[in-house]
Amino acid sequence: MVRFENVGMRYGMGPEVLHDVTFAIEPGEFRYLVGPSGAGKTSLLRLMYLAHRPSRGLISMFGTDVMMARRHELVGLRRGIGVVFQDYRLLAHLSALDNVALPLRVAGAKEEEVQDHVSELLAWVGLADHIHALPDSLSGGQKQRVAIARAVITRPRLLLADEPTGNLDEMLGQRLLRLFEELNRIGTTVVIATHNQNLVARNPHPIMALDSGELQLGAAMEEAG
Amino acid sequence: MARRSAAVVPLGRDAPSRFLPWIFALMVYLAVLALTGVLILHAAVERWQRGEVDTLTVQIMPLENESEEARMAKLRSLLGDVEGVSGFRTVAQSETIYLIERWLGAGNVPSDLPLPRLVDVDIAPGYGLDAETLALRLQASLAGVTVDDAKLWLDRLADFGRSLELLAVAVVILIGLATVATVVFTTRMGISIHRNVIELLHLIGARDGYVAVQFQRQAMILGLRGGVLGIIFAVATLYGLRHVAGRLETPLAPDIPVAHWAWGLLAAVPVVTAVIAMVTARLTALRELAKMP
Ligand SMILES: Nc1ncnc2c1ncn2[C@@H]1O[C@H](COP(=O)(O)OP(=O)(O)O)[C@@H](O)[C@H]1O
Ligand SMILES: [Mg+2]
Repeated sequence: MVRFENVGMRYGMGPEVLHDVTFAIEPGEFRYLVGPSGAGKTSLLRLMYLAHRPSRGLISMFGTDVMMARRHELVGLRRGIGVVFQDYRLLAHLSALDNVALPLRVAGAKEEEVQDHVSELLAWVGLADHIHALPDSLSGGQKQRVAIARAVITRPRLLLADEPTGNLDEMLGQRLLRLFEELNRIGTTVVIATHNQNLVARNPHPIMALDSGELQLGAAMEEAG
Repeated sequence: MARRSAAVVPLGRDAPSRFLPWIFALMVYLAVLALTGVLILHAAVERWQRGEVDTLTVQIMPLENESEEARMAKLRSLLGDVEGVSGFRTVAQSETIYLIERWLGAGNVPSDLPLPRLVDVDIAPGYGLDAETLALRLQASLAGVTVDDAKLWLDRLADFGRSLELLAVAVVILIGLATVATVVFTTRMGISIHRNVIELLHLIGARDGYVAVQFQRQAMILGLRGGVLGIIFAVATLYGLRHVAGRLETPLAPDIPVAHWAWGLLAAVPVVTAVIAMVTARLTALRELAKMP
């Protein structure tokens, strides 16, 4: 599903922030991406959700070589990936419903299906009463659930979440994880970047550990086992 | 409960959304005036060029020893016999003085200045009567008679009119280019203001075409809004001009009510502006978006 081989990445002309990253993720997996702040977790996710092109190496998403892909082919790949951004990236001028509906609308879905589908999902994440609320009027946890709903509305094959429990207390963090595990059970491949040790310890899943831009795959996997 | 959803890229709140309609309005206003100028000039130049003169002016210079009244009576009877003369009118002496005063200033026409008597002669079409023929006919029986047509003068006027026409067309083209440049600039500005929103749209699977639609729709709305404003001001101005021109009562003043299709052409200006704005915004957006990852 995801394959990286000797991938290097840099921002503009800056230094390399990821070096020789090699790994593969199979369909249906649930993985943590851990490492200290600045290790390169967000950068690695950016490569996976195709916001950035690698400076070297090979990346294959759903069997398509990203470096060789044309611009319009990337659109199709992106529609298979749901992302929960660290800062949510909700559009402040759109209601919760319109934010969550966006991935369907950009893909040209029929409006009557959009309305029903989105209301249903917002109810499922406990926001039935806030469908028309603007993001700024929602609490951190509510915004996060809107962001998650937007990430999964198209039933993506791959779900990427960047520090999703960052601003949540222990209990909300646990509930969120249950949600991700639920999605994983119905077939979504999940990758969660986090530096929350407790969360990882209480909900064990395979780990990829990053340090200073290098993947410490073997060691970390054993540790989690 | 079909709520109207808000624009995905909030362009409506940007500064350009406030000033762009006024710029479009100004462009449309200027373009409509320039185009009206072109249409009027075109019709007038055509008329002038054909050199079709339907009035000639006969002048009788005062002679020392002959009674003016007798010569005028002679002239009237001669004109009555010429085939192709459909009518004539003696210009009142006060009118002649008025015409000269325009050059010399009011009250500066000396009372002893020998003034010619003028007769406006209407020519019926189809007889091939021109100034030269009429002059020969009249001079055979009457001394001190000349006949003027405006042919030479009209030719020069037609040349001048054609140059003005080209100038006005150039002005319309420049206005179009300025409109395009404005839209290119504001579209680029919009893309850089909303770079974050656009990146997000791309990441959730939007094609460039979807993003471009946001910009082209906004440009079209603003273009139409400005265009309607501009045409209202332009029509008001034209009606004002027509009113003023109507009071001039000079036969050479060009008619402002041009053909019906010409009015249609003018009414199309705001629509054309909106379409130019829309297409420009789309092409600019697509070009800029292709540079994004
Ligand atoms: N937009 C950026 N431009 C330049 N350097 C960046 C940018 N984002 C992150 N970096 C650098 O990349 C490295 C990895 O950062 P990041 O991927 O955000 O790590 P993490 O998510 O693990 O905290 C850091 O050294 C950081 O300074
Ligand atoms: Mg990070």
